[in-house]
Amino acid sequence: MTALTTPARPEEDAGLRPVPWRRMAWVTWRQHRAALAGVAALLGALAVYLWLTGLQIHHAYATACHPASSLACNINFAGRYAISVNILRVLLQAVPALVGAFAGAPVLARELETGTFRFAWTQGFGRWRWTLAKLVLLSVVVAAAAAVFSVLFSWYLQPFSAAGYSIPFATDVFDLREVAFAGWTLAAFAIGALAGMLIRRTVPAIGATLAVYAGLALATALWLRQHYLTPLLTTKLNLPASAWIINQWYTRDGKFAFPARGSQIINALQQYSCNSSQLSPPQCLTQHGYTWWASYQPGSRFWPFQWIEGGWLLALSVLLIAATLWLVRRRAT
Amino acid sequence: MNMNMNMNMNMNMNMNMNMNMNIIETSGLGKRYGSTWALRECSLAVPAGHVAALIGPNGAGKTTLLNLAVGLAAPTAGGVTVLGGWPAGSLAALDGIAFVAQDTPLYRNLSVADMLHLTRNLNRRFDQASAEARLAELGIPPKRKAGKLSGGQQAQLALTLALARRPRLLVLDEPMAMLDPIARHDFMATVLTAAADDGVSVVLSSHVLAELERVADYLIMMSRGRVQVAGEVDELLASHRVLTGPAGEADRYAERPVVHVRRGGAQAHLLVRASADDPVPPGWEAHPVGLEELALAYLREPGAAALPGPARGRTLPLETGQPSEVTQ
Repeated sequence: MTALTTPARPEEDAGLRPVPWRRMAWVTWRQHRAALAGVAALLGALAVYLWLTGLQIHHAYATACHPASSLACNINFAGRYAISVNILRVLLQAVPALVGAFAGAPVLARELETGTFRFAWTQGFGRWRWTLAKLVLLSVVVAAAAAVFSVLFSWYLQPFSAAGYSIPFATDVFDLREVAFAGWTLAAFAIGALAGMLIRRTVPAIGATLAVYAGLALATALWLRQHYLTPLLTTKLNLPASAWIINQWYTRDGKFAFPARGSQIINALQQYSCNSSQLSPPQCLTQHGYTWWASYQPGSRFWPFQWIEGGWLLALSVLLIAATLWLVRRRAT
Repeated sequence: MNMNMNMNMNMNMNMNMNMNMNIIETSGLGKRYGSTWALRECSLAVPAGHVAALIGPNGAGKTTLLNLAVGLAAPTAGGVTVLGGWPAGSLAALDGIAFVAQDTPLYRNLSVADMLHLTRNLNRRFDQASAEARLAELGIPPKRKAGKLSGGQQAQLALTLALARRPRLLVLDEPMAMLDPIARHDFMATVLTAAADDGVSVVLSSHVLAELERVADYLIMMSRGRVQVAGEVDELLASHRVLTGPAGEADRYAERPVVHVRRGGAQAHLLVRASADDPVPPGWEAHPVGLEELALAYLREPGAAALPGPARGRTLPLETGQPSEVTQ
């Protein structure tokens, strides 16, 4: 008889199974297809451009650059394409930021701004499951699109690297390459999603996303990246061109003499009339009893560095999305 | 024999569930925004099977209470359960409750058909056929963008989506604020049909008394973040009387809990807690009270309260606060 008096939870609830995750695929697509189309249009237009000019660049390299040090290569290959490639390298830096700002930031900000979260978050699917499904789906899509795009970019840039006009570690190239580019796009999206949840309005969230992304990208390029692995030290003057020199200085008799920049080295170069010689400053000063030192990242570390950068960006993105979810879960209207 | 017993048990279980379940139950519930309590010390038990009206002036805490009940907000103090014991906002609670928020937020750039598809994807149950039929009946074209519908159509679409989920509790927050009289009538007709035909419990908030008088059979009144009155309309009406008598004697009248005193010339009108059987003092006349009059009296006396005691859900002795006097 106790069964009759227990507060009844209806039978259907006993075996309550949540709404399947796959249902969010259509929902996410339908709600964000405009943003996804925007990302596709941006990357697509750039891809077409990369493909068409890339064919020309590859052709010019194949005909003019044997050897790469030839004058023909310098004029017909580098002279013709270097400027547009360099401009493109700078422009592409904005792509992840734009994805984060215009695909990431509105995901939650628009719901909060227009009040539709009160519809979405009271449906049977569940509020944090809705958020998780959306953010994971969208971030995987944009990161995958970025990865594919960066493969094309690497192909486009390959003749320049081969001819020695671009080292793989160059600040405005490294983050456009495969793993790092996907990582940056993912991180930008996650920054956008969290900014949208925190700020709750679309336009300010877009602005905040751009600002935070720019700050993070600059800090990484100028300071963080060179510390991924401890730099190697050398006194050999014939470092390969692919090496990324972090720091240079001179010693004399085992003691630090002066850094490779500043008034001291200028004085020393004048004193030994290195400026008028055919030799480079390190070569000249070495002949006068100084030792040239360099700390550097060898070109062979390119892929480890790509994975390190991609790895921490992935970890950061997971963290940001987790923070967003936590806010959605505990959020009080 | 066995089968018979099972059937009886099932029937009893269902009866038990439908009649005695509290569709919303709160204990010591409070919600603070910054330093302001939007809701405090709210202990409430709304039984299932009612159309419950939640009324009170703007800023009384109605929306806060509803947001807590549907899981959109988290309580600062106390707790709230729904559908007979599920925590508000849990998957089981979300599954059984359909919520139409204030101003009926819809995805304006989605078509009506897409809104249906979207809602179907986000829920375990969705009665597509009945939703389509209702929209056709209302003359709402499936291909039109939700943002291009009139205010009344948007409200009807939101309600249609909510009812197609086959909820056990329908929560409506100021659903008719933006509607013209005809749209209000149509909207309430749909709600009442769902309540009557499908046994959906309804909780709706409003600050317009007149539109609730015809539809509500359970009343919750709020003021300044507190619940002031909660009970079945019939019981509330049966336990209140208006006494009319000489204005000079009004102050001496203290035999019964007085909710509200209204003076009009030589006469005073007292809303008191009393049943029809209670004796009327000499020189005074007793009248039954209407829902609107009762509600207005309590709204004017935010200190007065009529709440069920700690053992919930039954008719219990009513308690009262100290009435203050209002002179007209």
